[in-house]
Amino acid sequence: MIAKKDFRTVILDPEKCKGCVTCMKRCPTEAIRVRNGKASVNYEKCIGCGVCVRLCPHHAKLAYYDSFDEIHNYKYKIALPPPSLYGQFNNLYDVNYVLNGLLEIGFDEVYEVGRGAELVSSVTKILLDQGKIKFPVISTACPAVLELILARYHNLKDNLLNVLAPVDIAAKLAREKAISKGIPAEDIGVFFISPCPAKVFSLKLGLGVRKPYVDGVLSVGEVYMKLVPVMNKLQEVKPISKLGATGLRWAVSGGEAEAAFRGKYLAADGIENVLNILNGLEENELKDIDFIELNACAGGCVGGVLNVENPFIAKARIRELRKRMPQLDCNLLSDEGKGLEYYLWEEEPDIKNIDRIDEDRMTAMQRLVEAEKILNSLPQIDCGLCGAPSCRAFSEDLANGVIPPDTKCPRV
Amino acid sequence: MEQCVHLEFEVAGNNFAQAGLASDQVKSTLKKLGIDPQDIRRVAIAMYEGEINMVIHANGGRAYVDIFVDKICINLIDQGKGIENIELAMTPGYSTAPDDVRALGFGAGMGLPNMKKYTDVFNIESEVGKGTKVEMEIHFR
Ligand SMILES: Nc1ncnc2c1ncn2[C@@H]1O[C@H](COP(=O)(O)OP(=O)(O)OP(=O)(O)O)[C@@H](O)[C@H]1O
Ligand code: SF4
Ligand SMILES: [Mg+2]
Repeated sequence: MIAKKDFRTVILDPEKCKGCVTCMKRCPTEAIRVRNGKASVNYEKCIGCGVCVRLCPHHAKLAYYDSFDEIHNYKYKIALPPPSLYGQFNNLYDVNYVLNGLLEIGFDEVYEVGRGAELVSSVTKILLDQGKIKFPVISTACPAVLELILARYHNLKDNLLNVLAPVDIAAKLAREKAISKGIPAEDIGVFFISPCPAKVFSLKLGLGVRKPYVDGVLSVGEVYMKLVPVMNKLQEVKPISKLGATGLRWAVSGGEAEAAFRGKYLAADGIENVLNILNGLEENELKDIDFIELNACAGGCVGGVLNVENPFIAKARIRELRKRMPQLDCNLLSDEGKGLEYYLWEEEPDIKNIDRIDEDRMTAMQRLVEAEKILNSLPQIDCGLCGAPSCRAFSEDLANGVIPPDTKCPRV
Repeated sequence: MEQCVHLEFEVAGNNFAQAGLASDQVKSTLKKLGIDPQDIRRVAIAMYEGEINMVIHANGGRAYVDIFVDKICINLIDQGKGIENIELAMTPGYSTAPDDVRALGFGAGMGLPNMKKYTDVFNIESEVGKGTKVEMEIHFR
């Protein structure tokens, strides 16, 4: 597997970057610095939320994903479309158009991630009834949120819903089905169509799984551009979709919580709101809530930065589409003939220490005291001119030797 | 002298939106030191409950925090209305929180008992009409 720090979630176009500090100031993990007038990302701290891609006024930040042509490396190509994809098309009243379109542009088979989501909902219900996970149970479907918790909110590890992501379940089942049809394993290529950089890196690195289930991760935007011209010309629209209204609802914040739970739940979306909730949870607030759904993107996955459509429009479309979808029973486990285990994390995802200054607490303390001293000599206006997101971050970079010791605050 | 990080916060009275900022800052410092998550949790709860008490019951106050390698000392000092009967205030379930505050989910009367429960040293002094001082220590494992 690729090591986290070597994986480039977002890539900078240095020609376009003006060093304006917008991304640096808004990065939720302070992973960005501006050096020599250009933004640079510390990938070890990056959770892939896509905030910098969304906010860059010069479009200098590009989310990393695989090129569509990668599918041609496999003889049997399986597409995994997420529920949010259906919100991208104008006047779509039958999701089968999208699925048939995918077959038209080169895929041999499709497996809807929304179906995986419905299975997650079924499993979640069982787990909540069993009551083995610490309450409030926190959803883990958004990998940016999961990464954030693993990196910074170690306290909340026991609250995590230990169920595979819908896309991993979809990938697992789709691959098995292809194999059972007699297709040689090495010919099968499973491709997710991602709304966000977080799902690109989490699927490529594997989160909660022993090894990644997908062979590549494409972007909604790129696939959309290929789909639009063929969808209008389809000769025949086969009824392929197995999705119900519940799975589709997962595209939008609140969908997961609503499907899984009739008790007291909360759904928060947008990275700043997510941070607020996580901080509150550490302080023992929200004692009376049982289930917490968190999405890094405002609106849920329809707000992911790899989408083409405005999240509010996509959300409205999903709402319309849902009216035409069947209400499936949310207890689908028996349909697939798999036990509960099949859907659970195969291994605990690793805790990361992105904040810790040094493994030795004494050393960390010395550096922190040093940083505190430096901070007191700074104007504390967090202007960003020095290339750090705050005066505090600048003083810590100095104390930790991240920047040369003679670096001066440009304002004093 | 022993190395220590000193932090100070102004806690504004009746400002619920701001409540919790001091404890967030303290937590972030402890994470930089690599303090055990269980200990951070204890600090977070004690600090937040103390902060919110100053917001609700004392019209604000100040938090003085000293972080050492092996422990954290938190002093919460306010010039609020004070507590008449400390023993009573410490009783689980005892609360004088008004209805509007209860509507926000506070007022279970569990703040002080929890602060005591989660800390290794807990002292409270108060004088009616003068104010309240809460002293807490949490020792790191
Ligand atoms: N700083 C303070 N100044 C004045 N009175 C206080 C202060 N802190 C606590 N009290 C009094 O002690 C009582 C009990 O406090 P405690 O924190 O245990 O419960 P609460 O704040 O009422 O409810 P909860 O903390 O569960 O939301 C309060 O209702 C209040 O009358
Ligand atoms: S909310 Fe959805 S689209 Fe946004 S980062 Fe999380 S998983 Fe990706
Ligand atoms: Mg209280």
